[in-house]
Amino acid sequence: MTKITYIENNGKEHTVDVQNGLTVMEGAVQNDIPGIDADCGGSMACATCHVYVKDDWYNKLDEKSEGEDDMIDQAYDPKKNSRLSCQITVSDKIEGLIVHLPEKQV
Amino acid sequence: MIKTDALIIGAGPTGLFTAHQLKIIGLDCHIVDNLDKIGGQCIELYPDKPIYDIPAIPECTGEELTKNLIKQLEPFKIKFHLNERVDEVKKDNSNWEVKTSNGTKFVTPNVIIAGGVGSFEPRKFPLKECENFENKSLFYSIKDKKVLEGKTVSIFGGGDSALDWAVELSKNSKVNLIHRRDEFRGAKATVDKVHELAKLGKINLFTKYQLSGVKGSDHLENFEITHENKETKTLKTDYILGFFGLIMQLGPIANWGLNLDKKTIEVDTEKFETNQKGIYAVGDICTYPGKLKLILSGFHEGALAARACFRLAKPNEKYRFEFTTSSKTIKDRLGVKSD
Repeated sequence: MTKITYIENNGKEHTVDVQNGLTVMEGAVQNDIPGIDADCGGSMACATCHVYVKDDWYNKLDEKSEGEDDMIDQAYDPKKNSRLSCQITVSDKIEGLIVHLPEKQV
Repeated sequence: MIKTDALIIGAGPTGLFTAHQLKIIGLDCHIVDNLDKIGGQCIELYPDKPIYDIPAIPECTGEELTKNLIKQLEPFKIKFHLNERVDEVKKDNSNWEVKTSNGTKFVTPNVIIAGGVGSFEPRKFPLKECENFENKSLFYSIKDKKVLEGKTVSIFGGGDSALDWAVELSKNSKVNLIHRRDEFRGAKATVDKVHELAKLGKINLFTKYQLSGVKGSDHLENFEITHENKETKTLKTDYILGFFGLIMQLGPIANWGLNLDKKTIEVDTEKFETNQKGIYAVGDICTYPGKLKLILSGFHEGALAARACFRLAKPNEKYRFEFTTSSKTIKDRLGVKSD
């Protein structure tokens, strides 16, 4: 189990324990955290599990996979620190990760 | 007004196989889809990605799967209504009256929703002010490129649509192309062409910029873009085009009085019927305990929903289960020779 904090656009924080091996997207869906739609179910085909990761954490995550940036082009309000949460795998390495949710996904 | 035994909403794999199952048991059907082509998510989202979990097909792409499903439907000459979204579903005695965005009307006892995750709509600019200019001087698709001739057109996006239109419109319009990063995700030949046209001054290229403001009264006059490093530019333009791909929205389905769970429709697992008699939901859009969002589950759900349609379409006949391997009636429907 790894602690992940999701911060909604209105500032509301949700800190939950997510099983290692799941993705940050799945952690949100399983814990009913609002703001992650994940329409395509994690196949990197929809950009509706879009999150922002602040610099200190952004650089600690594994690099974006091929194609992730292509999908982020289609996300709502993409920024330099945008990630798709379905492409971030939960492990001890990211204990305490904080992700910020955009105003909306679509 | 089209009368039919069943209307299928959605031409993805589940909708296609459901049509097959309806025709096999002797019911006719029409299929409506908001996209301009058959195949649903398989074609729109992952035409080239391999799928490995279709029974008896070790590997195939979304496009191949779609082609094979269409081939399987060939004997039945099914009528597709593409580029049409179902907007209204209303009760009319024992039938449902269905109206599409193009004004096509259907009367049917059975409506099967195979809508995936809803209908595909263009993704829009996050900026609220953009709505004021939408469909006047700001567009998410081009219906008539003539109006853009001789004008300044500012295109946002980095995929094939944005690049193809930038190249095409640069022939007769002044084109600005704005994208949030340096890399483009379009076909390499098109990306090269864009860079070449940019060098020749035919396309003004702005990368690492995003739209941050639009100004104008009735017509759009100028807009502001902001660089990753916060620097801003104001550019004059006649038109803005945004190409950010498609998103899926439940859309009008939410207004049909169906029991919903988030973006999915609750069904039983015998008939895959919703809380409304004669309206069924199959494939990714339906939910029930244990639901798996797999294409194969959609096939199973469609087969059962098709059988359930029989009793409302032909209330005076009894449905009899038959195998395609041995039934002469089914072979006749398929147009193949019986042994």
